[in-house]
Amino acid sequence: MKRVRAVVIGAAETTELGEIPDSSQVQLHADAALNALNDAGLKVRDVDGIATAGENPITIAQYLGIEPDWIDGTSVGGCSFMMHVRHSVASILSGLCTTVLITHGESGKSRVPPPEWPWPPRPGSYEGQFEAPFGAMGPPDLLTMPVLRYLSDYNVPLEDLAMVPVIQREWAAMNPKAWFKEPITVEQVLESKMIAYPFTLFMCCPRTDGGGALVITTEERANDLPGQEVYILGAGESGETMLISQMQDFTSSRAFRASAAKAFGEAGIERNDVDHLMLYDAFAHLPIFGLEDLGFCEKGQAPEFIRERNTAPGGKLPVNTNGGGLSYMHSGMYGMYAMQESIRQVRGVAAAQVPNVGISVAHGIGGMFSASGTVIFSKAPS
Amino acid sequence: MNVTSEKFLPIITPETEHFWEGTRQEELRLQECKSCGLTYFPPRPFCPDCSSKSISVVIGSGKAKLYSYVISHLPSPGFKPPFSIAVVELSEGPRMMTNIVECPQTPEVLVLDMPLVVVYEERSDNITVPLFKPHEEIA
Repeated sequence: MKRVRAVVIGAAETTELGEIPDSSQVQLHADAALNALNDAGLKVRDVDGIATAGENPITIAQYLGIEPDWIDGTSVGGCSFMMHVRHSVASILSGLCTTVLITHGESGKSRVPPPEWPWPPRPGSYEGQFEAPFGAMGPPDLLTMPVLRYLSDYNVPLEDLAMVPVIQREWAAMNPKAWFKEPITVEQVLESKMIAYPFTLFMCCPRTDGGGALVITTEERANDLPGQEVYILGAGESGETMLISQMQDFTSSRAFRASAAKAFGEAGIERNDVDHLMLYDAFAHLPIFGLEDLGFCEKGQAPEFIRERNTAPGGKLPVNTNGGGLSYMHSGMYGMYAMQESIRQVRGVAAAQVPNVGISVAHGIGGMFSASGTVIFSKAPS
Repeated sequence: MNVTSEKFLPIITPETEHFWEGTRQEELRLQECKSCGLTYFPPRPFCPDCSSKSISVVIGSGKAKLYSYVISHLPSPGFKPPFSIAVVELSEGPRMMTNIVECPQTPEVLVLDMPLVVVYEERSDNITVPLFKPHEEIA
């Protein structure tokens, strides 16, 4: 397969993150987009491709003043932005466009206007007929459903699940932009309000406002621009099911495994080449599934790997160094923020900077283990 | 339509009609592929494994075991939290989402792999949903 030679030339989040009641969702997209173009040293008129999820890409293009001849509206949940990167790279390399702007904005907390939320589903859909009738109200009691099976099959105590937000809070404490910064303990996590057993409040992400944007272009064009390029060595995507009850194996995501295999295969790197890892964590179990399904841990071993502080500050595989969706921010579709932190780490400008990050992997989930996207970022071209 | 529940009401589609007609008659109707032998759910008029359109409707035993679940503490129309939302594995193989009923909604009682049997909850004239309760007999 052809080696990828497209780069991220611009990357930025919204000027504010957290609670932004004076910006509508479309304006959050635009604020992030203008910040990312500024980072790249490009103008709106330099953009010929637009990709977004959660809003119609034409809405964003028109609002910004872009006349796109390449459009990607893939919207399959929070990992859609990883897929946009993959699609952008392929399209740029095949000459369909030269400079793609990928935007995300979500008024998840202030709800200006309330985001379209895929739950409750249409009553005539398969989700509406075969899942919604049983009282689930969204991700907290659907995306969490596989966990008891995982914990039971691998004999993992609840304390290990509670350790995930505890360690990510250590990273968040180093990040002034994090929504939650106060240290927490396993006991506090387990004693926090019960949401959907076994998940307590501190095992679930907050809902916040924010956005982020990326500018992807060719290596050649990037050489003439002031932005600091980050190479995209490989990317993958996959989908499994919109019905979590039909997920093949409740202890492992087929979509995670397939997406990661594509990305690592394309990049031609091994797991031990990875210096830094972002694992989309709307809930505490996702980094556990991520570590195992991406091949960083054997099945059932990720809880111990986390407990032994391998993913913590000072550990051999720093994970979710912005604090993650659990502590940093979570607007609803978090994938963009995972990539922003990967890019900051590769550029060497993160709040909790890990020394010498050459390669960072950002891995996302869409829906209820419905879809997955993975992007491998690098300081060097290969 | 006489609505008897404030719980979520599905809308039946042509491909799922046999299933909902079955639950109204207290039958758990699955589908079986005549080409490859797979018993499957949710409904569709072809086999999800081999795409054969040679399929038949079969009546499931109604026996299952508990595959995984959560106990929701969130407000949900028609439900009184805490209540279980579960995925069960039918003895014929397929899995489905449901509620475990007629037992305390606690982790001590809801043990993975416990044997279950189907019961039916009528929500309107045309919608009856399959729920599951603990089955004394050990599977």
